[in-house]
Amino acid sequence: MFRSPRVAEGSGAVCVDSLNMAVHRVEVRVLEGLPDPRGRALTRQLNSTGTAGSITTAAVYLIEGELDDAELSRAAKNLLADSVSQCAVIWNPSTARSTPGVVLEVHPLSGVTDPAAESVQEAIAVLIGKRVSVRTGVRLDFAGVDLSTAKRFVERFVANTVIQAVHEGPFCPTSFPHGHSYALQILEVPLRDLDSASLERLSREAHLFLSLDEMKAIQDEYRRLGREPREIELETLAQTWSEHCVHKTLKAQIAYSEPSGAGQGPSLLTNTKGRVGHSMRGNELHIDNLLKSTIAAATNSLIGRIDPPRSAGWTRENPPIDWCLSVFVDNAGVIAFDDDNAVCFKVETHNRPSAIEPYGGAATGIGGCIRDVMGTGMAAKPIASTDVFCVAPSDMPEHAVPRGCLHPKRVLSQIVAGVRDYGNRMGIPTVNGGVSFDERHVGNPLVYCGVVGVLPRHLVHGDPRAGDSIVALGGRTGRDGIHGATFSSAEVEHGHASEFSHAVQIGNAITEKRMLDAILEARDQPSGPLYNAITDCGAGGFSSAVGEMGKTLGATVHLDRAPLKYAGLSPTEVWISEAQERMVLSVSTSSLSALRTICESHGCEMSNLGTFGSDNGSIRLLWHGTEVGALDIAFLHDGVPDPSRKAVWDPVYNAQFAQAGSHQEAGPGILGTLRTLLAHPNVASKGWIIRQYDHEVQGGTMIKPLHGPQAGPGDAAVVRPVPSSTRGLAIGNGLATGLAADPYIMTLAAIDECVRNLVCVGTDPSRIAILDNFCWASCDDPRNLGGLVRAAEACFDGAIAYRTPFISGKDSLKNQFRTESGELIQIPPTLLISGFGIVHDIEHACTMDAKEAGSKLILVGMTQAGMGGSIRATLVGGSALDEQLPVCDLVHGPANAQAVASLIARGLVRSAHDCSEGGVLVAAAEMAFSGGLGACIDLSLIPHESGASVEACAFGESPSRYLLEVRESDLAEVRDALKSVAHAVIGTLTAEPAFECQGSVVSIVTLQRAWDSQSEAWS
Amino acid sequence: MMRALVITAPGINCDRELAEAFEGVGARTDSVLLETLRREPSRIDQYQLIGLPGGFSYGDDIAAGRIMAALMRREVYPALREAIARGVPMICPCNGFQIAVQAGLLPGPHQGEGWPVQPADSTIALAQNEKARFFDGWTRIEVPSNTRCVWTAGLDCSGDDALLPSAHGEGRFVTSQAVLDRLDANGQIALRYSSDDNFNGSMGAVAGICDSTGLIFGLMPHPERSLHWMQHPWWTRVDPRVRSAREPLGRRMFQAALNHVRGACVGN
Repeated sequence: MFRSPRVAEGSGAVCVDSLNMAVHRVEVRVLEGLPDPRGRALTRQLNSTGTAGSITTAAVYLIEGELDDAELSRAAKNLLADSVSQCAVIWNPSTARSTPGVVLEVHPLSGVTDPAAESVQEAIAVLIGKRVSVRTGVRLDFAGVDLSTAKRFVERFVANTVIQAVHEGPFCPTSFPHGHSYALQILEVPLRDLDSASLERLSREAHLFLSLDEMKAIQDEYRRLGREPREIELETLAQTWSEHCVHKTLKAQIAYSEPSGAGQGPSLLTNTKGRVGHSMRGNELHIDNLLKSTIAAATNSLIGRIDPPRSAGWTRENPPIDWCLSVFVDNAGVIAFDDDNAVCFKVETHNRPSAIEPYGGAATGIGGCIRDVMGTGMAAKPIASTDVFCVAPSDMPEHAVPRGCLHPKRVLSQIVAGVRDYGNRMGIPTVNGGVSFDERHVGNPLVYCGVVGVLPRHLVHGDPRAGDSIVALGGRTGRDGIHGATFSSAEVEHGHASEFSHAVQIGNAITEKRMLDAILEARDQPSGPLYNAITDCGAGGFSSAVGEMGKTLGATVHLDRAPLKYAGLSPTEVWISEAQERMVLSVSTSSLSALRTICESHGCEMSNLGTFGSDNGSIRLLWHGTEVGALDIAFLHDGVPDPSRKAVWDPVYNAQFAQAGSHQEAGPGILGTLRTLLAHPNVASKGWIIRQYDHEVQGGTMIKPLHGPQAGPGDAAVVRPVPSSTRGLAIGNGLATGLAADPYIMTLAAIDECVRNLVCVGTDPSRIAILDNFCWASCDDPRNLGGLVRAAEACFDGAIAYRTPFISGKDSLKNQFRTESGELIQIPPTLLISGFGIVHDIEHACTMDAKEAGSKLILVGMTQAGMGGSIRATLVGGSALDEQLPVCDLVHGPANAQAVASLIARGLVRSAHDCSEGGVLVAAAEMAFSGGLGACIDLSLIPHESGASVEACAFGESPSRYLLEVRESDLAEVRDALKSVAHAVIGTLTAEPAFECQGSVVSIVTLQRAWDSQSEAWS
Repeated sequence: MMRALVITAPGINCDRELAEAFEGVGARTDSVLLETLRREPSRIDQYQLIGLPGGFSYGDDIAAGRIMAALMRREVYPALREAIARGVPMICPCNGFQIAVQAGLLPGPHQGEGWPVQPADSTIALAQNEKARFFDGWTRIEVPSNTRCVWTAGLDCSGDDALLPSAHGEGRFVTSQAVLDRLDANGQIALRYSSDDNFNGSMGAVAGICDSTGLIFGLMPHPERSLHWMQHPWWTRVDPRVRSAREPLGRRMFQAALNHVRGACVGN
């Protein structure tokens, strides 16, 4: 790290001293007369808040180092500015003009990752041959705005003070803060003699977040060892035993109770009889290890590891599934793609960081999920991403946003920007996603990031070997994820950082891209991979990566060998840092130099941290040769006591999670309501998001997120994992939070929706694998845990019925926010089901845009009377609606999917669309306008159960329904093929661009405009 | 056999598609890191086609293509200049275009003048899109009838499925009126966005240009993502007979360049 010891302290704003050793400042702005798009966008935003005035912008580069005037001018002219549209100004305080307007600058706090600064440093080193330190910022010049208004605007829309500082006037420090040297201290934490209360206090105050039982288990272990734990050991145990890493709630022993005869969904007490891991004790249902007895049990039944339940016994038609290659054990679940290749899928959440710093939170969320895929088997190549966000409505009034929360519009736009900037730079197409709006996400936005990868089948497993080197690749280690992203604040005072700011980080995609290129090259060597195992550094950093890889062998780790972002880190900090963009590999000594050559060619840093394997199977941590910690692997991985938890199903309590009503009125008549629904944020076009993502990089996105010439909403995407093959992989999601009043019903609907989405683009439903991703309010409340148990049990039932094995999953169980006034805002139970499946020949893939006038629209599936959970039910006005929740039928659901899929495979379906949010009419309108056609629909023809109203037929959201376009000439053949499932012809596509229903007509352009209406707000 | 070179670097992420495009028309393709070429520029001499792919070279954090262009100006520029003198067509989509205009490769010397020994200063910028936002979508394009670009001259862009994909945040073509007029008069505008589809606000709706030999082609769209019909955004509604009768637009550009090299060889 470059230091500038000769800069005088406290020398004011002097930027250029005679030795050229101070901080230089360069401003780059657009040449006069040319547009400044960023300034214009900010001006629009400023004006939209009701403030007149305008903003222009400039990029600011602060460069600390020994550059002479010529070198500085070369850097400014050749590197920082382009001579055609920009000018660079080297700032000189003595000659700087004072500007008439307000000037504010936003700069990252020291220690916060600054990718542009890293780029400039590297480029100056190469082009000028000098090592310098760089920091960047942005300058905003306000015209016609007073200082306090400008400041308020910047704080609200531009800067985030968790990671950035706002400066008045041009900012130019005399020197940069640098790290201080570190002198080793080995801290012991005496706990052998503590009583329960003191153990609990220790857990809380040291931010260990361990339960009393867990603290006692640690106490027992160290009493046995006859010594006190060292700080680094305690931190490692806390990390390894954290909810995030071991899913304590989902793996808990659960005692579940429910009232008799209440609620709409089934009783679990009778429903789960005889199932693995389930037993009745009195009136309570006992479940050992919830995850293992439900989600994993479904997969294990389907793949033949355990006997299937009677309802899903193996038959000649339904033999055990043989295409699951790795489930629940690796960083992502892996299934067979073809004879030579496998595909894997991982979905993660990054909720808390995204609430505090949405841009960095979302970017590091996708970055982490990409590393999960890179760390699967012997490394998979990421080929597609999917992102689903649950946020509060963007038009939420300012006063309704609780203190401590960012405005939801800012949250969403910054989340999107974070995914965009990271995903696009990585060259991974974001091909699918969704956004769901609910006020209760104001303090807890949900950011689900999913990544799909491809790898050779023979590289699905990897194992470290004793004697292998522990090799770290990629980014350097800083205090990220420990005591805040800002190393300066952590140095000032240990406990000073706000409670959650430790979660906030900024990523640097280029570091990860270099690492990815290096790893794939090392994997694909003609003689085989240059490593024996690989994993990512996620939560827990080196401690969890090395701990996991060294689970059977043990390891010796020289923590002082890790490259650091700045000086001064303690061994504990190096060990548990969650700095981004790092992976750990297990490398034979003979392969080290070849690996190093590859890494150097890609500019990816590599360090050798030690060796796997130790005499007694322990993990030894060293610092310049001194032992600073030693951990027994068996205790580390198996010592966590099994918690037991109480769960209560309370339908009355859970009714609060029913979909929130809105004040929005349903438009007049059926077609008026249709327009309202098309413009509803949950339904309306997400084109403004999708088009910011490069959803086509790698050239393999064969069915894109937007379909047809008018870019309608596709149900799922299809990618081509192997360029030489016409076999496709479809990627889709299901989410049914509207039905959260009973998570059992909700979960089945989400599985059904995921299957429907995949089937609509041509997926074989017998080749679909799914993932669960639970986001819940605190499950310390047994009533929330009761809902979670119901969802998990529905995962079992759904997976068995649809024969869709779960291959991976994740949970985030603390999504609630307490406002200043003490009000608790809990998110509704949210379960994202993500799925991917095989499209045998992409040539037979299907899209949702209507193709041809004269075609018939066939609705497959039965419409139920209940409209609970539908968007229509949240609108005010119209007739009274049946508020029952529609329930997924586990016989008809899979049968409908199978029937539709075989029609698509036979080429009999011209377009197909899932009927979900908004119901049948929304689906029909979307199909019509996406293809530039009109449609005529007769609601009375819709197959429905008795009691279903016209509104239910039009706008109800019963599951398992598909809308298909079929040529009139194919009609007889299609109807014959559908004879065992509920279906009917409900309308015709027309050349005339009009949508006709129940005797009323509306122009198709009007409907399309309604659907596009949200894009305006985001342009 | 024809050999093609794809120049890659950290952050470049469309190298595989570009290699697929060259290979699809029958050229054996190598992807080589810029670092390697800076050490051994003479490696460029063995290739008959060159591609500078899209992506975010070195992160593109300062501005798109800035660092890669600065690196290329030193060791690699002379070898590329010689390649052009040998008649090697070079395609630079997206980030490649952003790099080429800053590396002194485009628009190149005036008609009839030789390449300068030192790379020329930029006269063209690809600035932030008008709407200050990344945009991914397929748009209609046109080829000016007077273009001398070997990649696009005579390309049939008729038919309502004649689209090319773009995906960038910095693609707004900016230059002086004088340069624009000269490019236009000299047939160096190789590609324009159709008037309704100038989504990034480019001057003259310019989507791509070539040097005065017509060999170096820089463009913001990605023809290497238009090699198969299934990459087209609404291929499912294009009649299979039409699809089998006509190659997608992007592939035809690569075919044209290959034909040019073959023709040049035969001519010699």
